[in-house]
Amino acid sequence: MKQEYTITVYTENQIGLLNRIAIMFSRRKINIESLNTSPSEVEGIHRFTILIHEVEDVVKKLVRQIEKQVDVLKAYYNTNDEIVWQELALYKVPTEVIAEKAKVERLLREHGARAVVIRRDYTIFETSGHREETDKLITVLEPFGLIEFVRSARVAIIKNSAGFHEKLKEFEYREPGEDVVENEYLAKQQEVFSM
Amino acid sequence: MNAVEVSSQGAVRSSQEESQAAKTTVKVTGSVAVLEACLAEGVTTIFGYPGGAIMPIYDALYDYREKLEHILVRHEQGATHAAQGYARVSGRTGIVFATSGPGATNLVTGLADAMIDSTPMVCITGQVFAHLLCTDAFQETDVINITTPVTKWNYQVTDASEIPSVLAKAFYIAKSGRPGPVLIDITKNAQLQLFDYAGYEKCNHIRSYRPKPLVRKEYIDEAAKLINAAERPFVIFGQGVILGRAEKEFKAFIEKSGIPAAWTILGLSALPTDHPLNVGMLGMHGNYGPNVMTNQCDVLIAIGMRFDDRVTGRLDKYAKQAKVIHLDIDPSEIDKNVKTTVAVWGDCKETLPLLTEKIESKVYPQWLQKFKDYQLEEENVVIHEELNPSTEIMSMGEVIRILNELTGGDAVIVTDVGQHQMVACRYAQFTQSKSNITSGGLGTMGFGLPAGIGAKFGAPERTVVSIIGDGGIQMTIQEFGTIMQSNVNLKILILNNRFLGMVRQWQQLFHERRYSFVDIQSPDYVQVAKGYGIAGKSVDKREDLAGAVKEMIEHPGAFLLEVMVGKENNVFPMVPQGCGVSEIRLK
Repeated sequence: MKQEYTITVYTENQIGLLNRIAIMFSRRKINIESLNTSPSEVEGIHRFTILIHEVEDVVKKLVRQIEKQVDVLKAYYNTNDEIVWQELALYKVPTEVIAEKAKVERLLREHGARAVVIRRDYTIFETSGHREETDKLITVLEPFGLIEFVRSARVAIIKNSAGFHEKLKEFEYREPGEDVVENEYLAKQQEVFSM
Repeated sequence: MNAVEVSSQGAVRSSQEESQAAKTTVKVTGSVAVLEACLAEGVTTIFGYPGGAIMPIYDALYDYREKLEHILVRHEQGATHAAQGYARVSGRTGIVFATSGPGATNLVTGLADAMIDSTPMVCITGQVFAHLLCTDAFQETDVINITTPVTKWNYQVTDASEIPSVLAKAFYIAKSGRPGPVLIDITKNAQLQLFDYAGYEKCNHIRSYRPKPLVRKEYIDEAAKLINAAERPFVIFGQGVILGRAEKEFKAFIEKSGIPAAWTILGLSALPTDHPLNVGMLGMHGNYGPNVMTNQCDVLIAIGMRFDDRVTGRLDKYAKQAKVIHLDIDPSEIDKNVKTTVAVWGDCKETLPLLTEKIESKVYPQWLQKFKDYQLEEENVVIHEELNPSTEIMSMGEVIRILNELTGGDAVIVTDVGQHQMVACRYAQFTQSKSNITSGGLGTMGFGLPAGIGAKFGAPERTVVSIIGDGGIQMTIQEFGTIMQSNVNLKILILNNRFLGMVRQWQQLFHERRYSFVDIQSPDYVQVAKGYGIAGKSVDKREDLAGAVKEMIEHPGAFLLEVMVGKENNVFPMVPQGCGVSEIRLK
């Protein structure tokens, strides 16, 4: 069954790696719903967060092939219930309208939005949350003349992850420890895929 | 700067003690650093073609020509296939130099071929000056992005100081783990730039790269348990055995276990063809027994192979009854095509001895007899006629038979792609490993001639025969020039059926004989060869065949032999596309 999977990739900071990872999705004709690159908890290690809609079998193969890339340290995939995630959204609306209508203020409060910029001509609100939440605010703001809208990629934290500090130490050893080479086939169906 | 000086200093400084102490450096150009890296990595032969953007490296090469043999090919694609042939026969890394733009794009086919067939290769391309990048400069092309999907790793160097460490990484990545091609693109300014060179240090660790997984004993135990309990076990092996240099370990494994073993086209020659447990070839044009028995065995042990579709046929009809043990160094191969019961992930050089230790010494006379029965049936229906035709028309198989008789299985057999490739791989005999060089995964027509040239440089003491069809030879025929200029003692055996035979066979069998553009004309090959100073002969009568093959083998230099074989002969057995392996047809 196709569902949302969040792929988390720990990598070296290397030019061209984004392309190397991206072509693995396009080769399989998989649409990337969202993609975020950012620093990770470890200095010098980058973290990709990629959201796709696929069946697990395909995701598993994909993740293995991503992990195989020379500059990739580790790749995980998770379903939505295994992660905590957020997306950030910005909304630009005409200040005039917003200022006039008191009910807007209440709506914004309900959606946990806050003003980032208030100018005479327009105001920019910001909110973060899941897709449905940020989508809802669009519907709310549309009647008041939504000028611009943009949403960021998903960023996600894996609930059941101890982070990468310890893993990295093992990667830096010549001989990797057990954890680095854990093999899911006999490793009792671990919750996160791992090489 | 005298190159010889640099070379000796470089060698001194690469020692461990020296690197601890304060490094003395010497000013060298990026180009010299490239060649020093090649020397330090033990490179002896480079296949290449110069051009504008790689001129500084070629200029430096002029001073190194005593130490580094450079083979001038006639097309960059030829350089890549030659490097592949060299690598496959010697077990070393093939090196290619090419210029930017068209030079670099001409490498793509060879890179893709090396990628899919896991061949270690380092390609160095020149690139326009860094300040000209992205200006659509003369002969500028975005080679890094073009080659990303067909390289194990690639990198663009714009500053000479990066060269030693980047090349060390390149050689390490190409050769280690599951090998593959690496491309390093070096801008012209970096080639010319003088920098402080502190000697070359080989790379043996990249933190984000795990070439070889640690072997987990519990998987070995699980696998051994399955094997020990099996009644009809069957081993299928691929190039992993050769790449892992585990031929001895493999032989010990099957001899102790007593399990019949069949090979993929790239695994051929890892086990001598006359070994009693060698039951033949797998796949679309493989032997009858191995294909049928795949669907009868109870435990299928796959070693260093990747279940290519040409081996498995229809996956939902492939070995469904069997428990599958898969030994592979590349975790992404596990469960990719065939669901595994036990995955023994690791280098088979390490995993096979562990497994051999754990298994019971056994024989399976009845089970093996079944293979023999199928072999006999195939012998009667296909093989006997193919090797000893009853008609006047010569067959490809009889040429291979005569070749076997003359070489005793000691020659390196290089093949191109098509019917002759299947026939050669089915019937050629091998006594030693790394002797079968073919384009398996990519199926690159035009591979055979340049790969043969490379193979001869990789194994100069051995007889190298490139067997090529009349289609494939015309794709890279310009490499006759390389043979002429570099005095390559290559035996070129053209099996001419005046058709693009494999496509014609399919058109006959599956497209109602609608022979669409498979009728290919050939030049007078003997005349063409003569123009290049290559001796040659064409044979169209059986009585001349054996003598001509003998003449070819015994000729002191390169020799071209064209054999006119049956126009519409087909390769059988055959697993038609979309069928399961047990639906293999004998005719």
